Amino acid sequence: MTVSLVLVIVMSAMYACAVYLLLERSLTRVLLGFLLAGNATNLLILIMVGEAGLAPIFDPEIAPDEYTDPLPQALILTAIVITFAVSSFLLALIYRSWRLANVDDVSDDADDLALRGGAVLIEAEETAPEASTTDFPLDLEERR
Amino acid sequence: MNALVPLVVIIPLVGAALTLVVGRRPRPQRIIAISALVVLVAIGVVMLVHVDQVGPLVMEVGGWAAPFGIVLLVDRLAALMIVVSAVVLLAVLVFSVGQGLADGDDETPVSIYNPTYLILTTGVMVAFVAGDLFNLYVGFEILLVSSYVLITLGGTESRIRAGVTYVVVSLVSSLLFLASIAMIYGALGTVTIAQIAQRIDELPVDVQILLHVMLLVAFGIKAAVFPLSFWLPDSYPTAPAPVTAAFAGLLTKIGVYAIIRVETVIFPGPELNPALMVLALLTMVVGALGAVAQADIKRILSFTLVSHIGYMILGVALGTVAGTAAAIFYIVHHIIVQTTLFLAAGLIEREAGSTSIMRIGGLAASAPVVAALFFIPALNLGGIPPFSGFLGKLGLFQATAEQGDALAYALIAAGALVSLLTLYALIRVWSLAFWRTADAVEGDESRLLRSVEEAPLSTSTVSGTRATPRLMTASTAGMVVVSVALTVFAGPIYGIADRAGQNLDGPRVYIQTVFPDQTEGGELE
Repeated sequence: MTVSLVLVIVMSAMYACAVYLLLERSLTRVLLGFLLAGNATNLLILIMVGEAGLAPIFDPEIAPDEYTDPLPQALILTAIVITFAVSSFLLALIYRSWRLANVDDVSDDADDLALRGGAVLIEAEETAPEASTTDFPLDLEERR
Repeated sequence: MNALVPLVVIIPLVGAALTLVVGRRPRPQRIIAISALVVLVAIGVVMLVHVDQVGPLVMEVGGWAAPFGIVLLVDRLAALMIVVSAVVLLAVLVFSVGQGLADGDDETPVSIYNPTYLILTTGVMVAFVAGDLFNLYVGFEILLVSSYVLITLGGTESRIRAGVTYVVVSLVSSLLFLASIAMIYGALGTVTIAQIAQRIDELPVDVQILLHVMLLVAFGIKAAVFPLSFWLPDSYPTAPAPVTAAFAGLLTKIGVYAIIRVETVIFPGPELNPALMVLALLTMVVGALGAVAQADIKRILSFTLVSHIGYMILGVALGTVAGTAAAIFYIVHHIIVQTTLFLAAGLIEREAGSTSIMRIGGLAASAPVVAALFFIPALNLGGIPPFSGFLGKLGLFQATAEQGDALAYALIAAGALVSLLTLYALIRVWSLAFWRTADAVEGDESRLLRSVEEAPLSTSTVSGTRATPRLMTASTAGMVVVSVALTVFAGPIYGIADRAGQNLDGPRVYIQTVFPDQTEGGELE
């Protein structure tokens, strides 16, 4: 299989930028990173076609290996539709987050922060008798 | 009989469309949703019996033969998963209907709950019957997109925050999955699982391992295998109780199901098994330690969910018939028990107004039914004999002991320890939330007082009682009965799991199912 080097370089550059953006805290950048990564993946599927050929419309006079492989194109179409739907949902999510909390950040989990603050102690039950209900001296020094 | 295969996908999808059409009227919506799932359970049971006694069902969509068309395939594993998922989805739907009826939630956000839930069901079913990798990807996307909607239902601030983590992590795993499909297609020229299995040996070992690792990472995120499990305890607990229950029971197990397919059919070789065993050990231990540290019931349950994924991965990683069979039985057990526990947590939240074990107490006296419904599955999850959790772990440990090296015994020791830690975490919930008296809780106020304060001033009578609807209790009780029945009928169910495991001993049976006309070894040109 021969692949186009230009496509491979473009794909790697897109993946690199996408990873960088996905690791950001800002949600808008995460969205941009996702779009880049989605398109880089589509490009990866396209690269898997190998050498470009004729449009895959059946003609008895053309040898089968001269056609372009049509299956990856179908896969890309499906992937594009899914990426489009999900990114519009993500956009709505970001907008909602902005409207509600005025934040555009991946925020830390509240419970995680609370746990980091210190262990939650369960108080031990009082086992020593209360002074009002016992005749025994409570303190060891008194007993002496 | 083969016509039943696409029905498991079509019925929930048509149900979703119908519920959207009657979106403004909650009553017909509920009837349609529940009857769709009842039919699904019935079809699942018929298929399971047929598949177990006669043989696997294969459907070639559009009449195109296997490598060129799309194959839908139901073998013992898929049939078992379909039945269990349909039962769990039905119980959770009944629970949420009960909750909706009591709260009078007839307004807009909830009118999309039933359609989305049915589309989630569709995605789950597509993933189970998919015979090629791309169809599996589409199934995953269907269920993930509807899970995005469900986890952010209502769009409150905390749910959006939790939802963002969940959505972004799932998107990354989906892209990884898609990229690995692209690479597999580039390497082998096919996405049909059976044909991949036939051709995989033609690849050099390093390429095989690369593709194998990519698929495992993509599915590992979905299944919440350590260290890819960080997102789960942060995102699940904030969703509505029934949504969390369905997600916890099902979604991670679909990742495990995909891992089983990868390990047994696509890459049956033992190259990565030791690595998977180490990951299983870490998943078990880290998850259990996380559960011990938490103070919120839903978060404790989320961490036990992560830790018990480790047991299933252990069974798969053994690469033996006994190991796969034990993993399959453990999946069935865990789907049912984990969902039951989350439903019980939903009941606790309703009874006590909180799921933090620091703030609630005295539930054993004030809500004895809820206490029983929590206690039985808690013992089951902790692996107390004679429950199915004990049987599943016993099967796993026996299969692990067969391997007999140091790593295997370390895993058995860790498994036993984690089972105790799970029990400890759940008993801590029990002794604080149920066993101690209500006045031992600091800052507690009477429930009656609170309901008076919460009641809107405009209504003359106090309507804001938090009484638990009978339907919610009934569906949780139904799940407890199912989980106990799993113990009683463990013999036959383990038999099915065992035969499913034998079918998955290498790709041979799977390939024969898809290409029945082929002679052994020779590929049809």
